[in-house]
Amino acid sequence: MKTETIAAIATAMTNAGIGIIRISGEEAFQVIDRVYRSKKGDKRLSQAESHTVHYGYICDGENVVDEVMVLALRAPNTYTREDTIEIDCHGGTLVMRRILETVLKNGARAAEPGEFTKRAFLNGRIDLSQAESVMDLIQAKNDFALECSMHQLQGKVKDKIQAVRGGILHEIAFIESALDDPEHISLEGYGDRLLEKVEGVVEEVNILLSSSENGVLLKEGINTVIVGKPNAGKSSLMNVLVGREKAIVTDIAGTTRDVLEEQINLNGITLNVIDTAGIREAVDQVEKIGVARTEEYLAAADFVVYVVDASLDLDENDKRILSLLGRGKKAVALLNKSDLLQVVTEERLREEMAKNRMDFPVISISAKEKTGIRQLEELIKELFFKGEICFNDEVYITSVRQKAALQSALDSLLLVKQSIVDGMSEDFYSIDLMDAYEELGSIIGESVGEDLVNEIFSKFCMGK
Amino acid sequence: MPQIIEEYDVCVVGAGHAGCEAALACARLGLETIIFTVSIESIALMPCNPNIGGSSKGHLVREVDALGGQMGINIDQAFIQSKMLNVSKGPAVHSLRAQADKAKYSQLMRNTLENTEHLTLRQAEVTELMVEDGRIQGVKTFSGAIYHSHAVVLCTGTYLKSRCLFGDVVNHTGPNGLQPANYLSDSLKKHGVELFRFKTGTPARIDKRSIDFSQMQEQKGDEKVVPFSFTTDPEDVQINQVSCWLTYTNEKTHEIIKNNLDRSPLYSGIIEGTGPRYCPSIEDKVVKFSDKERHQVFIEPEGLYTNEMYVGGMSSSLPEDVQYAMYRTVAGLENAKIVRNAYAIEYDCINPRQLYPTLEFKGIKGLFSGGQFNGSSGYEEAAAQGLVAGINAAMFVLGREPLVLDRSEAYIGVLIDDLVTKDNKEPYRMMTSRAEYRLLLRQDNADLRLSRKGYEIGLISQQRYDRIVEKEALIEKEVERIQHVNIGASKKVQELLVQHGSTPLNAGSTIAELIRRPELCYEDLEEIDPDRPKLWKDVIEQVNIHVKYDGYIKRQLKQVKEFKRLEHKKLPQDFDYGQVKSLRTEAVQKLNLYQPINIGQASRIAGVSPADISVLLVYMDQYGK
Repeated sequence: MKTETIAAIATAMTNAGIGIIRISGEEAFQVIDRVYRSKKGDKRLSQAESHTVHYGYICDGENVVDEVMVLALRAPNTYTREDTIEIDCHGGTLVMRRILETVLKNGARAAEPGEFTKRAFLNGRIDLSQAESVMDLIQAKNDFALECSMHQLQGKVKDKIQAVRGGILHEIAFIESALDDPEHISLEGYGDRLLEKVEGVVEEVNILLSSSENGVLLKEGINTVIVGKPNAGKSSLMNVLVGREKAIVTDIAGTTRDVLEEQINLNGITLNVIDTAGIREAVDQVEKIGVARTEEYLAAADFVVYVVDASLDLDENDKRILSLLGRGKKAVALLNKSDLLQVVTEERLREEMAKNRMDFPVISISAKEKTGIRQLEELIKELFFKGEICFNDEVYITSVRQKAALQSALDSLLLVKQSIVDGMSEDFYSIDLMDAYEELGSIIGESVGEDLVNEIFSKFCMGK
Repeated sequence: MPQIIEEYDVCVVGAGHAGCEAALACARLGLETIIFTVSIESIALMPCNPNIGGSSKGHLVREVDALGGQMGINIDQAFIQSKMLNVSKGPAVHSLRAQADKAKYSQLMRNTLENTEHLTLRQAEVTELMVEDGRIQGVKTFSGAIYHSHAVVLCTGTYLKSRCLFGDVVNHTGPNGLQPANYLSDSLKKHGVELFRFKTGTPARIDKRSIDFSQMQEQKGDEKVVPFSFTTDPEDVQINQVSCWLTYTNEKTHEIIKNNLDRSPLYSGIIEGTGPRYCPSIEDKVVKFSDKERHQVFIEPEGLYTNEMYVGGMSSSLPEDVQYAMYRTVAGLENAKIVRNAYAIEYDCINPRQLYPTLEFKGIKGLFSGGQFNGSSGYEEAAAQGLVAGINAAMFVLGREPLVLDRSEAYIGVLIDDLVTKDNKEPYRMMTSRAEYRLLLRQDNADLRLSRKGYEIGLISQQRYDRIVEKEALIEKEVERIQHVNIGASKKVQELLVQHGSTPLNAGSTIAELIRRPELCYEDLEEIDPDRPKLWKDVIEQVNIHVKYDGYIKRQLKQVKEFKRLEHKKLPQDFDYGQVKSLRTEAVQKLNLYQPINIGQASRIAGVSPADISVLLVYMDQYGK
């Protein structure tokens, strides 16, 4: 059930000292009452006066999630002009995330992109002259969130969700076609069959949920793209970073035709390292696709590692890469193959970069000899902690939203089970099955549309 | 040459299921109304299946009745068999279906039209619309006669440039060999109306005397018949019913069909129109579901005073000789004599996107339309739209607020919203799965949902309305009462529970709690509820449903509340969405094309994203005031 009380993390998702989770809407106080415990355990914030601060704990059932300060703010003197709760917690992405998840489990829903601002506007809090920028912000945030959810979702997870959805749709279509045409299609004994299927689906969604706890479901972290012309040593670098042979490394240019991904942890910073196909004028079709995808990844990257083959002079391919990088990306250039004769020096590279009005750090490395790697790691850490590279908090919010959708889907499936056990008739099953189908669809960005009608007609032979 | 010129408030074109409802609504509201048909004999003709109702269609009939339409009353007098479908399922999907005596159905409707005040019947083909400055002025007929009116309702069914086909035979006629309407399409196009070409089909009719019923299973009607109309006395519909018969196709049938597919106009490409997927021809079924060894065939009587039997499940456009061969493979049809061939029919209809949810054309003021002309299929879908189009034509002439039912109020609302908001590529059929709030939109509560609207419009009498108000109050009071009637675990109670196969109580309970048990209902508990008032049957039915499905109903009510939020936010008409800079290009194009009446409708247009809706909300908040 969708509620109109929304929640989101209001501070940047970095490991900063303090984080704020904000809840807004009619039920904000009811939600906080369910998760907040004062020191003595007797205070209810729904009784609290407006604009007061309360010390206590956020609890998920019996477990204390964090020690917090809670601001109770009553409508209309709040940003959204609705009842608002602000939870000030210890910073740290994990803590903020757990608090948000706890709040979502207790009656709030994850805010849509730009929703706090939208509400502030619709409730007359923001000046009318700001309407244009409010609309732009909503659209931009939404585009970004959409892009995030697409980029962040693991391919296999998407496939899994699609398969689970397909299964659910098939069951709904069967029930509905039987309801529509009871004389042609019988539901005799169907409840037991469905129960078995729903149990299977519940298990699959549970697995997805638990993998989302482990971060397997969604890739969070800094999208780091390794780019360079063919045979510059990108795959070798990735292998060094990841610590095992994943990419196929040969001396033949153009071996990595597709895109390889790996997640590594660098002193607490998560990097999604994406090894791409080399950029050069592609010779064959497969390579062309690989190159096109590289460009896409580059556009979505938080951080770019540009690998230069220092043993060969800069050529057209390097120029193309530099022009692609010229879009304000945070990047580092690595002069690889320092073990061989240096043809490209740092000066030579900087000269070329200057032509594109670029200036980023240059490090000399040898992926083969594993030299210079430590310097690279130090550099990334420094950039991160200085806040030079970060990833947009929408990524986090998106992932929380996706997890909440999985949870709702699970809840709906459990309702179906309950209906079967309670001996309700079949038409009740399809209502909750449809909710589950919709929720799962929202994770992979698919709406319901005419899916059901299409499934009914393509799979079941109707009468007349 | 002297010319006939007449003046009316409303012209209705076509006297099928849509046209009849439209004309009756207008005339009953006191407007001078004329209804045109190419043949007076074909008023309320049922050219395909001989039944009214069925899953979700039965809901439509009930809703038409609750709004003051005629279909329910008519079928209650013309039915020869009736069944409540899905009775083992939840109340939301119970649906009435009645076999009709087609001739009687037609005759009764004709009689009703003929005896309605302010209503004129005219046999003539309307060939031209008269439009001036984007407003309808009236219609012209084939003879050149002119009928001026303030509003026109088009209900031309499948008659526009229709052709009937089987094998390589092409007849340029309407259904049943009736005269087609060959000119109106061009007039519509001239006025900028976009047309589609749809097709549908019907099976053969077979002489009863040539059928061996001993090889078929008899299908009887319900023992206790429930009427369609809320105004019909249930005692009046307890008649002697006739039977339908069930038989099956077999591998031999399928083989004949497969061997002759190349002779079907559908496969040879003669047919251009798009057919409905829910109503496939037997050749479609055999091709698409080739793993099925047999398909059901229902043999249904066409009336009491005819030997013609309808072969349900075997519509076809195969050549005559193949039709004979395939029907005769079916058990019981070995010696079948065909009275009428099966055929496919192709016709012009409009892209319904051009209509507002009032069923008025966006481009031509005062022009309304309903039924198959709008790209739907089915008698019930037609009647429902015809009624709404008629009511709104009347409201237009009278300068009153139009009737728009939303998706949470009625199947009619779902039907019309789907037609005018979605991308329709085939004849549209109602289905319960299309109604997202179907637990609330039951056939049993259509009167409670819609009678107030029917009353406000002026089609429901004061007396009928008063009864509804009383019924509502009684339901509410009784539901409230039984929540508070406490039942102890006395011997009498325990015995009653055991008697109904229910577990005895451990502690006290309420009547309401007991009703929630699947095996118990309100009536079962009479003995242990001595203070119970004497209530009408239909009140008890509602009490049962309210209590039993309370949790589910509450959930849907909450969803409806959410849904209504956007439905209440009106959008301006003839608005250029290009002005809203932050909308994505696709959204601008779609919104400009559809011109939705509110943000809710906008949100259901394919290609308009949730972010676009947020943007619209902000924009309308600032500029839309």
